[in-house]
Amino acid sequence: MRKTIAEKILSKHAGKEVRAGEIVVAEVDFVLAQDGTAPLAIQAFQEMEGRKVFDKDKVTFIIDHNSPSPNQRVSSLHKTMREFSREMGFPIYDVGEGICHQVIMEGRHALPGQLVVGADSHTCTYGALNCFSTGVGSTDLAASLISGKLWFKVPGTMKFILKGKLPAGVYSKDMILYLIGERGAEGANYKAIEFTGELINELSVESRFTITNMVVEMGAKVGIMNVDDKTREWIKEHSNLSALSLYPVEADEGAVYEEVLEYDFSSLEPQVAKPHRVDNVSPVGEVAGKKIDQAFLGTCTNGRLEDLRVAAGILKGREVHPEVRFIVAPASKEVFLKAMREGIITVLIESGAAVINPGCGACVGTHAGVPANGEVVLSTANRNFKGRMGNAKASIYLASPATVAASAIEGKITDPRKYDRGQSTEDR
Amino acid sequence: MKLTGKAYKFSDDINTDLIISGRYKFSTLDMKELAKHVMEDVDPEFSQKVKPGESFIVAGRNFGCGSSREQAPLAIKEAGVVAVIAQSFARIFYRNAVNVGLTVLEGDTGGIEEGDCLEVDLEKHLIRDEDKKKEIKIKPLPEIMVRVLAEGGLAAYFKKYGGFKLP
Ligand code: SF4
Repeated sequence: MRKTIAEKILSKHAGKEVRAGEIVVAEVDFVLAQDGTAPLAIQAFQEMEGRKVFDKDKVTFIIDHNSPSPNQRVSSLHKTMREFSREMGFPIYDVGEGICHQVIMEGRHALPGQLVVGADSHTCTYGALNCFSTGVGSTDLAASLISGKLWFKVPGTMKFILKGKLPAGVYSKDMILYLIGERGAEGANYKAIEFTGELINELSVESRFTITNMVVEMGAKVGIMNVDDKTREWIKEHSNLSALSLYPVEADEGAVYEEVLEYDFSSLEPQVAKPHRVDNVSPVGEVAGKKIDQAFLGTCTNGRLEDLRVAAGILKGREVHPEVRFIVAPASKEVFLKAMREGIITVLIESGAAVINPGCGACVGTHAGVPANGEVVLSTANRNFKGRMGNAKASIYLASPATVAASAIEGKITDPRKYDRGQSTEDR
Repeated sequence: MKLTGKAYKFSDDINTDLIISGRYKFSTLDMKELAKHVMEDVDPEFSQKVKPGESFIVAGRNFGCGSSREQAPLAIKEAGVVAVIAQSFARIFYRNAVNVGLTVLEGDTGGIEEGDCLEVDLEKHLIRDEDKKKEIKIKPLPEIMVRVLAEGGLAAYFKKYGGFKLP
C-alpha cells in the first residue's frame, strides 16, 4: 500500500495500516496546552475522573497567551495550571519562556515522524519538522492527557510543489499569504498538506515554520515537509542530546493525493492580508500608503531570530515613524538571548521599538498592545480577524517582518524592497 | 429525536474570535458570563434575543474557523442554542462542539432566512424549514461522534467507556 506522510505516521501510531478517510485511535508522542486552553482541559480532566497523566515526560503546559498575567482573574487560572502540573509531576514553561510552538520545537518535544497534539490551533507548525502535529480542543486534550491516545480521521492529502527562487525582499510569509489568498480560508479544510519542491529546500527551517504555522488559515489539519540536512542541523542545534535518533517519514512514490498543485514563486511580490480575513490578500502595491498606528513584530508565525534579524537589517540607522508604535515580542527566551547577543535588540530599541518579553503579546488582544478604535495595525501574526487584537473597531493587516519594518519607518504600508536588497535565500 | 426552534442567520467564515472575543474568554471559566457576550461583535443583541432551547444558529461556510478554544462552542451552548447549522464547519470547532455536547449539523443553509421556524429530525438527517416548506438534507456525523453526542459530550463518554471505543 503506497502512502502519504500523514497515512504513514497515523498508521504507525495506530498500530495498523490505515488510509485517508478511516477513523483510528492512535498513540500520541507529546501533548501540550497553553494558558488559554489548559484551564478548561484541567476541568475536563477532572470531569473524566483522571487521576494522573499518561506519561509526565510527554506532557507540558506553556504560559504564553497572557504572560505575565494582566489581571487577577487570569492570575488565578495560571495558578491552577501551576498547581496541576506540580501535582501531576510534569514541568511547565512559565512566564518568560516564550510562545508554546517555539518552545515545543526548541525543547525537542516535536520530532520527525512523531504524532503531537496541542490545545492550540497553530500546533500544525511542527509539520516543518516532519511531525504530524495538530490543534485540538481542551476536552480532546484532557482525554489524551489521561490515555496518551486520541481518535483521528486520517486526512486526505494535498501536495503543493513550490518552485523558483524568491526575489530579494520577498519571504516565506509572502508565499503562504499568497497561497491562502489563492486557496481561500477553507481551501484545505480537514486536509493534510505536503509541501515539497526545490524552493522548500532552499528555505531556512525557520522560514519553513512560517509556512506550516499558517496552514490552519486554509483549514488544514497539518502541513508536513520532508527532513533534509537543514532540518537535522536545526534539531541538533536545539537538542541537548548529541546522538539523537530521528525517524523521518517520506511519502511513497505513487501515494494517492487529492490534489497536486504547482507554484513558481520567482516573481512573487510582497503580500499583505487585509482586514478582516486572512485570505483577503493582495500584493503590497495595492495597499501601499495606508497609514498605520501600530506595527507588531512577533508571534509564532514570525517572531524568530531570522525575522528579528531582517527587521533590524532594515531599521539599522533609521527611526520608527513618530506616529507609529512599534512593538516587538521575541518568540522565546532563546530567540531573545540570541538576538541580544547579535546586537539585534539594541538596533531595534535604538530605532524606537518597544521590546516586550517573549510570549504571544499583542497577538490575542488581552494585553501588551491593544489598539484604539479606528486604529490600523500592521502585524507579522497569522490572524487579522475583527477583534483579534482586543478591539473590534480596529483593523489589522498582516505581512512579513520586512514589510512591517519598512512600514514602521514610513508610518504607512510600504513595499519593503525599497529598503531590503535581500540576503541570499540561504539565510532566509 | 426532533429539535425545533427559530433560525438566527449568520454569514460565512464566522471565526472563534467573533463567537467569543479574547476580551472575555481568557479570564474566566464561567460560561454563563461568556454566554452574555456570544456573537457580540457580529450582533450585539444576540445574547438577549436568543430564546434558550428554541434557537438555532444558521450560518454559511466555514463556521468556527480560527482558534482551538472550546470557549466558543461552550458559550454557544450555554446561551441555550439548540444546534448550529452551517454549510460547512472548520475542523477543530466541529470536533470541539461534539466534545462539549453541542449539536452541529452540516447542510445547505442557503435558503434559510432569519426568523424561519425549523424542525430538525436527527434520525432522518433532515431539516424542515416550516416557513419555506422545504426540506434540507444533513450530512451524517461519523459514528464515533454520534456516540459522543449521545452521551452529552466526550467527558461523559470517556467516563462511561474508560477510553476511546471505536464502533
Ligand atoms: S503567537 Fe498568537 S497565534 Fe501564536 S500561539 Fe500565541 S496567540 Fe496563538
